[in-house]
This record gives sequence, structure tokens and C-alpha cells, in this order.
Amino acid sequence: MTYEIVISGFGGQGVLSMGKILAYSGIMEGKEVSWFPSYGPEQRGGTANVTVILSDKPISSPIVDKYDIAVVLNQPSLEKFEEKVKPGGIIIYDGYGIYNPPKRKDVDIYKIDAMDEAINMNNNKVFNMIVLGGLLKAVPIVQLENVMEGLKKSLPERYHNLLPMNKEAILRGMEIIRQEN
Amino acid sequence: MSEEIVLMKGNEAIAHAAIRYGVDGYFGYPITPQSEIIETLMEAAPWETTGMVVLQAESELAAINMVYGGAASGKAVMTTSSSPGISLKQEGISYLAGTELPALIVNVQRGGPGLGTIQPSQSDYFQTVKGGGHGDYRLITLAPNSVQEMADFVGLGFKLAFKYRNPAMILTDGAIGQMMEKVKLPEFRRRRTEQEIREQCPWAALGKTPDRKPNIHTSLELDPMIMEKNNERFQAKYREIEKNEVRYEEIQCEDAEYLFVAFGSAARICLKSMEMAREEGIKVGLLRPITLWPFPSEIIREYAEKVKGMLVVELNAGQMVEDVRLAVNGKVKVEHYGRLGGIVPTPDAILEAFKEKIIE
Amino acid sequence: MVCRRNRNSPLSCLSIFKTITNMNKNEIVSPENIVYKKPKLMNDNEMHYCPGCSHGVVHKIIAEVIEELGLEDKTIGIAPVGCAVFAYNYIDIDWVEAAHGRAPAVATAIKRLNPDKMVFTYQGDGDLAAIGTAETIHACNRGENIAIVFINNAIYGMTGGQMAPTTLPDMITSTTPRGRDVRMTGNPIKILDMLVQLDGVCFATRHSVHTASAVKKAKKAIKHAFENAMAGKGTSIVEIVSTCNAGWKMTPVEANNWMVENMFPAYPPGDLKNV
Repeated sequence: MTYEIVISGFGGQGVLSMGKILAYSGIMEGKEVSWFPSYGPEQRGGTANVTVILSDKPISSPIVDKYDIAVVLNQPSLEKFEEKVKPGGIIIYDGYGIYNPPKRKDVDIYKIDAMDEAINMNNNKVFNMIVLGGLLKAVPIVQLENVMEGLKKSLPERYHNLLPMNKEAILRGMEIIRQEN
Repeated sequence: MSEEIVLMKGNEAIAHAAIRYGVDGYFGYPITPQSEIIETLMEAAPWETTGMVVLQAESELAAINMVYGGAASGKAVMTTSSSPGISLKQEGISYLAGTELPALIVNVQRGGPGLGTIQPSQSDYFQTVKGGGHGDYRLITLAPNSVQEMADFVGLGFKLAFKYRNPAMILTDGAIGQMMEKVKLPEFRRRRTEQEIREQCPWAALGKTPDRKPNIHTSLELDPMIMEKNNERFQAKYREIEKNEVRYEEIQCEDAEYLFVAFGSAARICLKSMEMAREEGIKVGLLRPITLWPFPSEIIREYAEKVKGMLVVELNAGQMVEDVRLAVNGKVKVEHYGRLGGIVPTPDAILEAFKEKIIE
Repeated sequence: MVCRRNRNSPLSCLSIFKTITNMNKNEIVSPENIVYKKPKLMNDNEMHYCPGCSHGVVHKIIAEVIEELGLEDKTIGIAPVGCAVFAYNYIDIDWVEAAHGRAPAVATAIKRLNPDKMVFTYQGDGDLAAIGTAETIHACNRGENIAIVFINNAIYGMTGGQMAPTTLPDMITSTTPRGRDVRMTGNPIKILDMLVQLDGVCFATRHSVHTASAVKKAKKAIKHAFENAMAGKGTSIVEIVSTCNAGWKMTPVEANNWMVENMFPAYPPGDLKNV
């Protein structure tokens, strides 16, 4: 099984680090992974996106133009990637960042109010972990215990005290995601 | 799962591999998309562990000349940059070649010309394998196509550079530099002691001992008869490298009726195009040059007898395709497909171009 | 020069002459009669420098200092592009020939990678103060533990007498045939005065080698610079205000006089900094 995933949003929303944690989780599960970012000025306020591929076999191209899953966190990202999701694929969007929801009929559409929830939790730094939780609920690509292992690997040790908070956010995301169609 | 396997960017892998290989010195200047290399080194602070010197120079020009000095003293030294910075380094690279000094240079290419873009490109192929700096010289050129090869080619680059006393380059691009993959980092090697360097590199300028003549590193020779001899010596060495060091990878070439020829990131994308073509029943293989100089002309010549056509895919306007055509020498159709200025072609687009240019 | 030397009864010049004429060749060259010889590190290669040029004297000083400090097996010299490009042909130590202006960068790496060595650059005014200004300033700013010997003769000798960054106003060179017009080409750059501002510089001094006493002082300065480099005190720069009688189109004596009259006011000898 191969998952070709794009995660896209504003720079600073934690798009690249969410992708990295997902990729690391894949490694923990013994999968082949690749993580390919948009880079440059986009990282500083513009739209940032990352392509993460998890697969049971060696990954050929880290760059693809059709995705199984698109996680879109702002309107420009949805406009860029809605048409690039394969038929039968999945779009996950944040209800705060997207005001014109996706219209595709041939894909599964999930909404997660992750930004609202992060504000409720009084911690906007866990926004991306809430989204990750939602993604894992919609598509159980990797098991939660491997995600926690992946988090441990991708966070410098001095931040390991933040692991419980991140786990809580992931669990919260799993609860609040809703399929729309 | 081995604990040695980590997820990191190609740029980071170069930095960690350099520390582990026992590199003595790194001299660089920041430029996108490769600044993670010097950032990773500074964060790792190897001067506290292996004793490796890491210095942010005042310019690319200074950095390559620091490499030149370090190499003259027999040390394993390297620099990294991206296209515009590599243009600045050409003077120093020519001096390294002219004094026959080993060093490793990494070019994480971006689109040009001029300041160009910071997105991936392979448009420095000509600059790397056909000269770049002034004079009749060659640069051993390795083209990694994965984060793993970024790590592995640091050691390989130094091995070849020291074996032949010649600068070597890792020619990669922003895509491989910025992407993360699983990588198994090389084992730690101890840096050589001064005594070991004096023994292994008797030419090193480390201070003249009474038992030998002065070691003088210069590319200057005003007597053209002697200068010609020097050049002939270089050329003989280059022929030797061409004989011994050609490296390439053949993927599903056994039954191939057609070939993709591509290196680095373009080869990775072609892999997917090849899978897609084979799903449609088209027998395509991928020939991936790993050394761009010495170029795998011989194997390409052999495939020209077997296949019906070759598509050379590059992130440029058609550079390596010239070397493929020279090798094929008109035997079969050779076409080029590329995107320019930092655009990375998609697997679908490559397959489409292949059908249009080669099959029809 | 060889003469009989007797510490107890110094001989007058006349008696030396008489003594020598009464000696056979073997007596003259016997070791106890030697009062001066070139440093061992200086080889017998014929120098390419013009008669009257300052380079030969400075080379000799460097060779003497290396010997006196016992640094023969620890010294690496960086030769420049310019008249001294062949410096490596005359002093038998390890050398690296740098690209034009890049000697301080080359020296930086050699010293950092081999901290127990004595690393010095030997650079002219075009090399150090024009094409290599950035490398000079940044090596000094980092306080690299190297010594820089800077030959300032206000002209490009190697390429045939073109304007240097240190060429004086109205001075005639092959690229300023009507004299250096400072409105067009700027004023002479007083690079040593600039470098003194940098904290990495521990010793900056200006000398000449046109008289015996000047040579003695210049040697003392170069020795101090080399000692600083070994002691890890930072960057030392010894500027030698020099003549280029061929480029200046003068006899050696005229060139020396011209230097004192015209160069010294612009580049006055003496210490600028000695930490």
C-alpha cells in the first residue's frame, strides 16, 4: 500500500513539521517514506506545502502530481490541490482556514475545526497535531503508538516534556473530525 | 529496525556524513537551497568531538581558497554551495585541478542563469563536466539520487579525490537537498593524524622535514614545454579515471525496448514514469549515470544496439543529452525532455513526452 | 663577504684588506673566518627580481627569522600573485601558491587545520589591498593566527608597472600615463590604517629595507610577527614600504631617495599597533 499525501497551509502553521512527524511515524512502522517540501520564501508567511509518501515498497518519485490525500489548511491550498486528488481519494480541510469548502463529488471530504479547537485548548502550537489526529482517524495510515515514537524522534530531547500535550492534541483531533459527504 | 536509520534532508545527510567520515575541515558560505549543510555542522559542533574545523567564510571565493589551502596541507576538506556560489568557486576549482589537490565540492543546484531561482535544477551539468573554470581539466562528478546517496557519496567523493589527487564534486539539486528520506549514516571514522597524513600524502605542505625537499603547490609554470608535460600528466590521469571509475545503475533494462537516461532527481521521477509505462505494457528501462564524469558512454553505446530509442530527461534545456548522443553516435533516436528554471517535471508529463517523442 | 675576525683585536678596514690579500682561497673560506653568510634556507637559485628591488632583502629576512626561531619544519608560506609569485623558488620551506588576492583565505585554513604550524602570507599591494581586500580584512577580523608580510611599492611590478591601489596621487604608471588622477581612480588606500581598527589584529607595523638600520628594524618586526603567530595572539601585519626602481623607471639609488621623499609621507614607518 502506498499513500501519496500533500499537506498545505500558511507558513508557520506547522505544515512541514506535521509532515515530518508523519514520515517518522511511517519509519517506526517499518514503511518506506519520503518528505518533499516546498521551500524558500514560502516558508515565511506564504503558502507552504509538503508531499509525504508512505509505502510498503521503495519509493520511486518523491514528487507526484496526483495525491491520495490532501490536507488543506487555507483557501489557496485548497484551490491549488483540490483537482490534484485522485478520484476516490480524500480531502481534509480546516473549517477556520477554508471559507469555500471543496466541491468534488468523487472524493471523501472531511472537515476538522482544528484552529477553533487549538484556541479552545489555549495552545495554537498544537494546531498541526490536532490536524494529524484527524488525518489518522480518517485514514489509519500508522498506529498511534508509532506516531508517538515518531514524535519523540523528530522533537529534540529538550522538548520531550511536550509529548503528553501533543498526544492529547492528536486524540482531540481524532474526536472532532467529521466526514461531510 | 536499526537505530542507525534516521529521517533527514539530503543537505543534513551531507553534513552528518562529513563528520562521520572524519573530514578535517568544512568552509562554506550560506546560499539557498543548501544552507542546512553549514547550519547542521554548526549545530553539531564537531570541533568539540572529532576536531573537524567548520568555518563560515566571507564569500564563496574565500571558502574555496580555504579548501585549496587545507587540501595543500593534506587534509580532507570540503565546501558546499549552490549554482551562483559554485560559479564563484570556479577559480579555486581550476587551481585545485592545476595543483592536483584532492577536495570535495558539493553543488546543490538551483535554476539559473544569474541569480535565477532557488528551486531545483540540473542546469550546471555543462559547467561541471565540461570545465567550469579555465584550463583543460576534469572534475570527478557524482550524481546522487537519494538522501542515502548524499550521505554515501561524501566518503566516495573523498576516496576518489585522494586516490587520484583531483577535486571531486557531488552534483545534486534542491530537490535531493531539501527532501527527507530514511538514511543509514556511515560509521564514524577517526580523522587521520599528522603522522598518517605525512605518510599517506608525502606531498602535503605540513612543514619541510630534513629528509625531503620542500613541498611546493603551484599551478604556475612559465615554460610552455614543461606546462605541456604537466597537462599531459593530467590527461593521462583523466584517462585512468575514465577507465576505472565509471559508475551507473541499470533498472529494468534487461528486456527494455526503450530507455530513459536520467541522473539525480530526474532519475527518481523517471522511475515512476517507467512504472507507469510498464503498467501500460511499454517495456522501458532506466539507465542512470552515477558518475557524470567519467561518463558511462560505453554502456550507452551498448544499449544503442539493443533499444529502439532513448529519452534523456533533465531539469535543464538539454545538456547531458549531448553526451548521450555522442555515445549513441546516431544508432538510435535520442530525444530530450526537460523543464527549466526550477520547474520539476511530473512523472505523467515525462511519460507523455516519451510517447510523443520516442514511440510515435 | 669574508674577512678575518679576531674578537680580541679588532682590525681596521685597511688591515682586513691586507690580511685577505695575504691569504690563499682555502684560508679565506675557512669557517672561523666567516662573519656573514646567507641563511641556510635560501638556496642558490638565481632570483628573477630586478637589481635594486626590495623583495630579495625581505626574503632573506624571512629566511633568517625562520632559522632563528627554529621553525624550519613548521613553516608554510603562502606565495601571492605579483612579483613575489616565485618566492617559493628561493626559500626552502613548504609553500602554497595562492590565486591572486586569496592568500589570507589559504593561510586561514592551513593554520586552523594545523594550529602548531607557522603560517605566513607574502603579498604585494595589488594582491592585498585591491583584489584581495575582502580576504585580508576578514582574516584580520577573525584574528587568524598568521603573519602577513605586505610589500607596498605603489605599483604592479609583475605585469609591467600598472597603477596599484597604493599608487600616489599624480604618480605615473603605465595605466596612469598622465599621473594618477585621484578624481578618476580614488586616493591611495592606506590599508594598514584600516586594518588597525580590527580587534583581530595584534600587531601592525610599517618598515622599509633601504638602509642597514631599516633592515634590522624590519627583521625585528617580522620576527615579532612570526612569534605572535606561534603564540596565537592574532593577526600580525608587517608592511614594508618598498621600491620598484624598474617600474618607477629610476636607478636603485634614485628609487630609494624617491621612496623616502614621497612614499614615507603617505606611508610613515613605525608601529601602528602592538598589543
